[in-house]
Formats: sequence, C-alpha cells, structure tokens
Amino acid sequence: MARWAMVIDLDKCVACQGCSIACRFENNTPAVTPEDAKMGRAMRWNDVFPLPVNPTEDTGEYPNVKSEYVPRPCMHCENPPCIKVCPVGATFKNEEGIVEQNYARCIGCRFCTVGCPYGVRYFNWHKPDWNPEIAAHLNPDKVVGSGVLEGPAVRPQGVVEKCTFCIHRLHKARERAVVEGRDFRPDEYVPACVQTCTGKARFFGDLDDPNSTVTKFEKSNRSFRLLEDEGTHPKVIYLRQG
Amino acid sequence: MLKVDAHDKEKLIDPLFAKPGKGFIITVGVLLLIIAFGAFMYIRQFLFGLGETNMSRPTYWATYIVNFVFFIGISHAGTLISAILRVTGAEWRRPITRVAEAITVFALAIGMTQILIDLGRPDRLLFPIIYGRLQSPIIWDFISVTVYFLGSVTYLFLPLMPDLAIIRDNMPETAMAWQKKLYTILSLGWRGTREQWIRLEKGIAFMAVFIIPVAVSVHSIISWILASTLQPGWHSTIFGPYFVVGAIFSGIGALFIAMTGIRKAYGLEGYIAQKQYRNLGLLFITMNAIWFYFTFAENLGIATGQQVYEFPVLAAKLWGSFAIPFWTMVGIMAIAFWILVIPLITPKSAERVAIFHPRFALGSIGGAALMIALMFALPVMPIRAGLNIFAAQTVIWTLLILEVVIILLGTTLWLKAHPVAATAIAAVLVVIGMWLERWNIVVGTTTHAMLIPYATYIPSLTEIAVTAASLSMFILMFMLFFKVFPSISIWEVAEGRRVQEHAARSAPKTAKASEAH
Repeated sequence: MARWAMVIDLDKCVACQGCSIACRFENNTPAVTPEDAKMGRAMRWNDVFPLPVNPTEDTGEYPNVKSEYVPRPCMHCENPPCIKVCPVGATFKNEEGIVEQNYARCIGCRFCTVGCPYGVRYFNWHKPDWNPEIAAHLNPDKVVGSGVLEGPAVRPQGVVEKCTFCIHRLHKARERAVVEGRDFRPDEYVPACVQTCTGKARFFGDLDDPNSTVTKFEKSNRSFRLLEDEGTHPKVIYLRQG
Repeated sequence: MLKVDAHDKEKLIDPLFAKPGKGFIITVGVLLLIIAFGAFMYIRQFLFGLGETNMSRPTYWATYIVNFVFFIGISHAGTLISAILRVTGAEWRRPITRVAEAITVFALAIGMTQILIDLGRPDRLLFPIIYGRLQSPIIWDFISVTVYFLGSVTYLFLPLMPDLAIIRDNMPETAMAWQKKLYTILSLGWRGTREQWIRLEKGIAFMAVFIIPVAVSVHSIISWILASTLQPGWHSTIFGPYFVVGAIFSGIGALFIAMTGIRKAYGLEGYIAQKQYRNLGLLFITMNAIWFYFTFAENLGIATGQQVYEFPVLAAKLWGSFAIPFWTMVGIMAIAFWILVIPLITPKSAERVAIFHPRFALGSIGGAALMIALMFALPVMPIRAGLNIFAAQTVIWTLLILEVVIILLGTTLWLKAHPVAATAIAAVLVVIGMWLERWNIVVGTTTHAMLIPYATYIPSLTEIAVTAASLSMFILMFMLFFKVFPSISIWEVAEGRRVQEHAARSAPKTAKASEAH
C-alpha cells in the first residue's frame, strides 16, 4: 500500500501562486465576496503565505527583514489532530495516508478547524456561489456513494472542506488501470498543484517506496516540516532555501 | 390528605394560585420580545449560513461557544452545590436547594441549545449518535451533558414530588381545572406513607452521590474540548480543575442572583435568611480565591516560557487586543472579593475612622473621573504629550488604583449593613467576570492561531441577539417554573424545623448556642 507524500523545494518556488489557482479550478473551491475575504473567509486549499505569518522579534524591521514564502496544502499528517476531534468521523485517514473529508457527513461543528494547527481547513460560511461563466465549467469529477460526498463535488453550506491531495485523480488513475487490465503505477497519479507548478518545485510520490523521489528528498539535509515539534508528522516535506 | 403549616401555605402555596402581577406580566412580555427577535435572527442564520455571524478563519469558535461554556458553568450552581450540601448534611441548605436545582436544569437546556445554534448543519444533529467517534471530546461531552441533564431533572423532580402532593391536597378552592390535574398527575400518587418516604430518601441519597462525579466530569470535558487541541493557550493540563472551579464559582453567583430575586419577588425573607447568605458567601469567597490562584498559575507558565505561539496569546490579554476584557475580568473579580471579605473583617467601630466615611468615597469618584478624563477623554496636545512620560503614567495609574480603594473603603460600612445587597452585587460582578473569562480563553486563542494571521473579532448583531435571547429564555424558564412550582422545598423546610426541635429537646444548651449565631 502506498503512503502518498509531497515534497516542496523552496529553492525552486517562485511564489507565483499557480498551485493555488490550479487547485481552485481542479477542486471547485468557491470564491467569496470581497467583504468575506477581508474578514478572512477566503478559501485557499493551497495557500501561499510568508513565513513567519505573524511578525516576531526575529523577523526584523524594514528594510532588514527576513521572510520566505511557503505554499501550504494540507499536511496529510501521519498523526492528524483533526480526525481525532471529529465527533462523526467525517474526516479520516485512509489506508494510503490521505486525510479525507466527507461533506455528506460533516455536521459543521468546526472542531477540526480549531484542532488543525496548520489552518488548512475551511468552512462554508455561505452557500458556494460562482459567476455564471465559471459555474458552467466546474470540474464534474467527484467521489460519491451512499452517505459519501468527497473531492471536487460542490459543497453544501455549513460544512468543512480541505485539500485531499486530489483524491479523485487517484480514483481515476486506478480505474483506468483496471479498465486497461494492468497494474496501477504510482507515477500515474499527481495532484493538480504538482502538475502545474511553474518552477517544478513540487514532487509527489510514495514514501514507502525506498527509490521514489519523495523518499530520497526526505533524507536530504535540507528537508523540514512545518511545526515539526507538534508531533503531527506531516507528509508534506519542505526543502529549505539556500 | 397531607397537612401543611399555615404559614408555609400562605407564603409558598397560595402565590402559585394568585393572579400574576403587573410586573410579572411586563417582564414576561419584554423577555418574549427579546426571544422573538433572537429567534428571527437565528432563522436568518439558519437560512443564509453561519456567515451571518462575524466568525471567520481563524476565529472559528466565538460567542456561541463562550455562551455554551458559560451556561454549562452556571449549571454547576445547582445540582452540585445542593448535592454536596445534602451529602455533608448542611442543615442550612434546605430553603435554597430547589432554586439551585432549577438553575441547573434550565442552564443545561440553554447551554446545549448553544451547540445546536453553533452547528453549520443543525439538520445533522443526530449524526453524533449514529456515527459517533468515541475519540472525540465532543462525544464525551454529549454523553456527560446528557447524563447530567437527565440526572438533574430526576434530582429536581424527586424532592419536588412530596411538595406536589402537598399542593394537590391544600389547593385553594379557586384553583383552575388544569392546575388540579397537573399537581395530581405529577405527584404520582404520593400519599406520604412510611414506605414511600423510605424509598424517596434512598433515591435522593443515591442521586446526590451519583450527580457529584457527573457534574465534575461535565465541566472537565468542556475544558478538554479546548485542552485536547494543540492551540496556543488551550493545550494545558490545568484546564480541567480550572474550569470546574470556575463553573462552581459562577454557579454560586447565579444561585445568589436567583435566590435574591425569588426572595424579593415572593417575600421569602423568613425562609432564605442571613444564615444562607453568610454560609454560601464563605464558599463563594473560597471559590474566588481558588479561581485567582488557578488564573495566576495558568498564565505564569505561559509568561515565563515565552514560546513563539503561546506568548502572543497572553500578551494580547495583558496589553493587546484583549487587555480591556482581561483587566475588566481581573478587576471585577477583585472587587467582588473585596465586597464579600472586607465587611466581614471590618469591626463595627470602623465608623469612627474618617476614611470609612462616604464623603471620601464621593470625593474619590470625582478624582477618578478626572484621572480617566486626563488619560482618555481630553484631546489637548500638551497634556497628551506630558502623559507620554512613563513616570506620569505610573503616577496616574497609582492614583487611580488608590482612589478605587478609597471608594471601596467608603462603601464598606454600607455593605456591612446590607449583607444581602452586597452579596447580590458581588454575584452579578462574578457572573459577568466569568463570562468574560470564557471570552478571553476561547476568543483569545482562536484569534491567535498558529500559521494564520492574527484576527480581531467583534460579535455581529446576530450573535448579540441570539445571546440576549438565550439569557432571556433562561430567565423566562426560571420565572415560569416558579410560578407553577414552589420555590422552596416545603417538606424539607418542615423537616428541618423538626430536626431543630428535636435537637433543642435533646440538648438544650448546644441548640441555644447555635441559635445565637
């Protein structure tokens, strides 16, 4: 069984936010009104922001500042704080280590949004709304079943959503392999942000495979994870700048 | 046919059948208006989504969760206090247990409603039962609050049963048909036989012991909802006991307010006497001291650790965006402590000392107003510039604190002469302070999450209206309940008299000594 992971090389990232846009259109993330965005209700499954987020004593003052940009998808932690607090099991880690979110189950208590130290979870404060041109061209992919609604499926008002490592792409790749009567290869599946990355800064693969790119990068001296001390063991691995 | 003391009948039973007074009807009307507006705002929120509130990312939890913690905290007034007093055999509990137990039931009902209001999908309310994940503290909370609610209702009803039978047998002729039916059905055929009494006493004794650990678990679990996350300022081992103490503290405050209201509305000075105020007041002072200890202990570790994500939360409370609610909380808790303690330790001869005279207090109010005006209100530039000097600020703040102390000293003699009013004032302060405490803990942390820009949060009209409606609903339930059911446990008070008579007969000397108290 695979253990999907992502590597982001901060040396190559140009902070163009192409990943954010690719993610938005791949996953039908709704845009919010400017007023809501100002309040901090904008939804960015894949956000790009400066680190540290809030100025500290170490950031310094202009012009002697130290800051770097990091793209931030869901960390898909090995030990996710969000799934432990969900009272209904609407969010869960599947056997391949991907933390999924079931919109048909979520009761909107927002315990997971508070539980996640990375702030990767977003809440649908209002009914999602697109302008007509975009509404006509939403991604039709979705993961559905009885009591299951996942992936890019349009979310109802009042539920939590988050990055799923484009789980629908994994489903599609698997099904294609079945139809073509062959084994599924791990390189058949990448999330949209990895595919689009302008600087080729993102890598995706299986951490359990000792020869995969992500495993090799993980052993690099440059590798680090966000909030490493919190014991969440993220599967998004960053390569330090410089 | 059960008998009742004539005075008890006049004071406790007859008012239930009297026509509601003008004040009662007006109060109910005003409360209903507030509730109607709150309900309207909630329906809007239900239709248009939680975006109608001012919550955002990272302020995912705010006013509703504060209200939830607050009301569940208030609920500890009752059952816990009345159970502890019953188990320890405190005789003075008798007239106040009913009020305390009623607070518990209503506060729990309102508290649980807050969670429903806060849900993004209230239509999926049953999912925690169908798909519950036992690891989630919300499920623990669901279980413990449900057990506490059912236990509290039972614990309220058991001692009420003989009273209902007494009312059934001693109703005035003017009682309406529905009233006759109500008391007959609810008293469940109580005849006051020996066997019934033995069973009732057994039931009450069991419930009293059973409810104490449940009550402790309820507020511990609420604290663990916060403490089990990694959020800065919440991830603390002290939260369980801290919240339980805070809950009992605010609960006693609510009990004082409720029993003072009932005492005044029904003229029950003969039942709820100085003794109840003094004894419960001592418990109140103790809780105040423990609360201060916990608040200090909780924040000391954060202050000395100065960790990257934790310290800004405390800094916001000490001098940042939460300074006003934080220092208001500390200030009014300290004043509540003063109001309760100083009259107890000031000797009567203090009236001969000039500083205790009210005129000094009045003078100080003027002085304090001047200081505040100097600091905040006057936009005159030279004064502003002068005040920017650190020493000037220190002098002004020292004078202000000194003046507050003098104002408090000036009120001491009045407080000593009016212990009931003093306790009620302290209780109101404590209840407000405890709401602010929850505000500082919940919103203080959610606005200062990790890896998300710090946010500011002010409740929207929806949240304010729903909060006001919740409080009104709580008061309304309380008022209507005590219009139908006796506010003082008739049989327990009568039993108390017998216990006293018995003690007086068997040991006249000790009884006299206790009466002198």
